[in-house]
Amino acid sequence: MALSLSGVILPKLMQQRAFSVSAAVAAIQKLTRVRVVDNSALGNSHHHRPPKVIHVYTKNVIGKVGDRVLLAIKGQKKKALIVGHKMPGARMTPRFDSNNVVLIEENGNPTGTRIKAPIPTHLRKMEGEYSKLLAIAQRFV
Amino acid sequence: MAAACTSRTRQMMGLLRILRNFSQNERLLSTSVLRHNVASDGPPKFTPPSKPVIIDKTQKEASLRRFLSPEFIPPRQRTNPVKFSIERKDMIQRRKVLNIPEFYAGSILAVTMTDPHVNGNMNRFIGICIQRSGKGLGATFILRNVVDGQGVEICYELYSPRMRKIEVLKLEKRLDDNLMYLRDALPEYSTFNFDMQPVHYEITGDVPVNLLKVKMRPKPWSKRWERPKFNIKGIHFDLCLTPEMMEHAQKWAEPWRPYDMLKEYDTSSLEEHIFKEVQENLRK
Repeated sequence: MALSLSGVILPKLMQQRAFSVSAAVAAIQKLTRVRVVDNSALGNSHHHRPPKVIHVYTKNVIGKVGDRVLLAIKGQKKKALIVGHKMPGARMTPRFDSNNVVLIEENGNPTGTRIKAPIPTHLRKMEGEYSKLLAIAQRFV
Repeated sequence: MAAACTSRTRQMMGLLRILRNFSQNERLLSTSVLRHNVASDGPPKFTPPSKPVIIDKTQKEASLRRFLSPEFIPPRQRTNPVKFSIERKDMIQRRKVLNIPEFYAGSILAVTMTDPHVNGNMNRFIGICIQRSGKGLGATFILRNVVDGQGVEICYELYSPRMRKIEVLKLEKRLDDNLMYLRDALPEYSTFNFDMQPVHYEITGDVPVNLLKVKMRPKPWSKRWERPKFNIKGIHFDLCLTPEMMEHAQKWAEPWRPYDMLKEYDTSSLEEHIFKEVQENLRK
């Protein structure tokens, strides 16, 4: 399985070497490997390379929860929304053990039909833009 | 044999010389002579006098456990102690409204906080406390749980007005104060059911210590937990590390640390003082 329990996605070649992976420095930025959390076909099908962020749509190049990013999955470009990262954020908000992302279309509609992983509740602020995404989320933390 | 005899006689001569010089003390002479005569049997074994057993019948046997929350103890800083006493007043004021129970790293807590983004406004989270940090009003604790296969940690502020209820579901201590290594341990050690019922705990006596040794995932870990700097006792190192790796980790040992006098901070008298202050103010 490409996805390991810890959420740190290492390609099989790197798992054989003692490859040192540094801890999360600044949430999500370019070239971070992310974990797609919804049940879309694109996100769950196996590929020899993990999905990577190639652009972050914010004023500064750091992506936090609720920011749009551009991913490279299975040789194609796809937009996604960050729903959780390893970096500790604001005090009463959850910190996840993996950098989670949900695939999204241009208009903000989610690609998948269900999100099994827990989503932070403060994402509900963006009720207007991502209401469909929040509707398919099954668990809020 | 001859040498031993001559040495013994030499000793006797020396003793006699000493005795002739100093004023004769009967007791001294007799004991020394006895000792030399019994030299072959060995010296008489020293039996310490029996200790007197004091039974204090005035105090009741069952007394409440003295616990002072660690955020009350001020850090060793150059700030004015008035700042700490004012902060303590505010903390006691908050504690009169919200009951903050006694808990340690390793206890399982259920926290209810206000959340405007949830219908019903209350958000409940259950997890194991992996760390208690911060002093004064900014004191925090981190709860960890694995929800739907995803590890989640939330850092709560104890004195935040958003906190509604803190319940201790299971009060226990672990072998370490800081359980950050649970992030690299197998997820079964951090999973706790959200419908967990509170386990009854005693308010007297010692807090139960869970001597659990946790099994880890394969390396690399987020931190090198085997290094003596972390001083972790709660990991089962035999299963994941070879003795050579353990020895290699000892290279980073700093054995002079416990003897560093500049790092000493004795808080025992401070604790007594603050404990009394907190108890009497909470009663008012």
